[in-house]
Amino acid sequence: MGYTVALTGNPNTGKTSLFNALTGSNQHVGNWPGVTVERKEGRFRMGDGEVKVVDLPGIYSLGAASLDEEIAADFLLRSRPDLAIVVADGSNLERSLYLAVQMLETGTPLVLALNMMDAAAEKGITIDVEKLSALLGIPVVPTVARRKEGIEDLKKRVLDELKNRTAPLNSFALPYGERLGPLFDEMEAFLTTKPELIPGLPARTAAVKFTEGDSVVLAAAESAGLLPALESILSGSGAAVESALGYDLQTAVIERRWGFVSGVTAEAVTRDLSLKTRLSLSDRIDRVVTSRTLGLPLFFLVTWAIFRLTYALGDPLVEIFGGLFESLGERSAGFLAAAGLSDVMVSFIQDGLIGGVGSVVVFFPHIFILFAFIAVLEDSGYMARGAFVMDRVMHLMGLHGKSFIPMLMGFGCNVPSMMATRILERPRDRMITLLILPFMSCSARLPVFVLFSGAFFGPHAGTAVFSLYILGIVVAVGAAKILGSTLFKGESSQLVMELPPYHIPSAGMVFRHAWERGFLFLQKAGTFILLSVVAVWALASLPWGVEYGSEESLVGSIGKVLAPLFQPAGFGFWQAAVALFFGFLAKEVVVGTFGALLGAGEAGLAAALPTLFTPLSAYAFLVMTLLYVPCVAAVAAFKRETGSWKWTFFMIAYTTLVGYGGAVLVYQGGRLLGLG
Amino acid sequence: MCPITVMPEGSEVTVARVTGGGEASKRLSELGLVPGVQVSVVQNGGGPLLLKVGDSRFALGQGMALKVFVDGAC
Repeated sequence: MGYTVALTGNPNTGKTSLFNALTGSNQHVGNWPGVTVERKEGRFRMGDGEVKVVDLPGIYSLGAASLDEEIAADFLLRSRPDLAIVVADGSNLERSLYLAVQMLETGTPLVLALNMMDAAAEKGITIDVEKLSALLGIPVVPTVARRKEGIEDLKKRVLDELKNRTAPLNSFALPYGERLGPLFDEMEAFLTTKPELIPGLPARTAAVKFTEGDSVVLAAAESAGLLPALESILSGSGAAVESALGYDLQTAVIERRWGFVSGVTAEAVTRDLSLKTRLSLSDRIDRVVTSRTLGLPLFFLVTWAIFRLTYALGDPLVEIFGGLFESLGERSAGFLAAAGLSDVMVSFIQDGLIGGVGSVVVFFPHIFILFAFIAVLEDSGYMARGAFVMDRVMHLMGLHGKSFIPMLMGFGCNVPSMMATRILERPRDRMITLLILPFMSCSARLPVFVLFSGAFFGPHAGTAVFSLYILGIVVAVGAAKILGSTLFKGESSQLVMELPPYHIPSAGMVFRHAWERGFLFLQKAGTFILLSVVAVWALASLPWGVEYGSEESLVGSIGKVLAPLFQPAGFGFWQAAVALFFGFLAKEVVVGTFGALLGAGEAGLAAALPTLFTPLSAYAFLVMTLLYVPCVAAVAAFKRETGSWKWTFFMIAYTTLVGYGGAVLVYQGGRLLGLG
Repeated sequence: MCPITVMPEGSEVTVARVTGGGEASKRLSELGLVPGVQVSVVQNGGGPLLLKVGDSRFALGQGMALKVFVDGAC
């Protein structure tokens, strides 16, 4: 029979690695809180048992603060899986056990996966697994998910529990002490006379969670009409406990849990104190990396170096690829013409397919390298430090440091970065961040920047591209500021974030992540971009008989309608209008369109473009490409995340206006300065 | 008792209480900032604070850190 098992645990405990090891699925493992933004499911079989594993976002507790945590807490409390695997970080057991204890209180059958045992051993930590299991009353399995150790054992214990457990795990009662104990007795006695607040949740746990102000339980109490009765118990007996303790009940409950956790840890864990000095390596790095004086300059240096390196490594490869496509085009044209194909077909294959798609595909190295660097940032733990040092800057725009994580990811691709906004606690912060993400220059815009900069700015090409990235950030800052003081008034929530320990990113992980993203790009080139390019080619050839890509063709007519709009921005000719129009499908298509229209590969384009653009209008065109409506995939992601067509249309309209305004400003401003 | 924000870098302090009682203080408590816990201040330079609690490091914005009171005189 089939079972549903939830996989839960703190962020950075290797939960995603464990999920992969259990189910064989392939995902990226990041290092900042909240990497698992989607509900991921997998399956494993053992003997006659089939188990569905649901991978939940990382949480520190069942008290939800962000959307991510809400998703996880809601699933664990309400959907009640048959069993939950709590993943604990063996090198930081105390922290991981808090959630385990909360899970014990819910009565859900549990198995504790004691992960990262290798890191624990390195830190001189020994855990008495038998004792821990006896103290908690649940099976405990040591694992090293990254090396797939202990996985079979874990599967076996999970299935044992699922098959042999007949009653729910009700026996666990956390010792709440002589003051809180009687209070919970009173509430429990009251609750047992009523129908269950949340099906399956023990009455005592409901009492505890009500006392600590858990939103799920509060809502359930309200809809059951029990709110006044429970509150009167709290304001009566509860107030007496509060004054005896000297602090509020919520703190008291949480403090008792921590007390239990440290008791268990003290009994089950031994530390080799002679290894203590090595532990502080992360701290010592942090002293420098997060310092007030060096933190920000260092962070800018790192990002700047990443972009420089992406070009330094990518550019030579682009030339090689470009040359390959060029000669491929010529050879196949010669071959096809000799085979007696009509001129139209030859032009379709040489100019449309090979020229158009080729001009995009050559940027594969850039995209691969950029994503490899982003993976290094995440996996090493530096990403969270970036958020830390950017916190003050982000406050100027009315957001906090965590918003910076999606923004930085946006340099890779806007789509996953929009999903990453779920780590933000306040809907207001999330909405503002979502609205400014399209200005983060994603890797799809890179081919356009590289092509134009190479053609127009010669030795200053690198600076020109870098300036566009900066411009995107500046516009995002301004937009956040304006949105925050008009449409989304109110305070940003405060930064609360764990900084994971540094570790050397594994080469395999970085390569896999970069390859996955790079492969998506190639896939996009093979489908989306290919189709767009074919459409552009067809429109450029129709009606039959016109000169290919001329003003008289269909595409020329479309472009001519739109072109006058772009006159003030300096690129009021139809090819640019057509390129921007198709760029909505995917921004790389801007390059592909020029490739198809001008009938040239990457190298040929660099020579053909100066017949249309001046350096100033080229830069204005890049500003437009940077800022105007993100690609259709990002728009779809925006709609999914906000759930609102109204805001989606708002986003499309305002980004397009900002892009157009920016381009006009650059062109007209440049002319005033005599640059035209 | 004084707020942790006035504590210099490198100091080791003991949490006395977390004020507020709302969502924010609950979050802090669940991360381990409860009365009696030892915390070291790794970074405190006007922006967010970097605290070490047990084996974990946490970044707290100034407003959040103001809710955390520690033993000792200011």
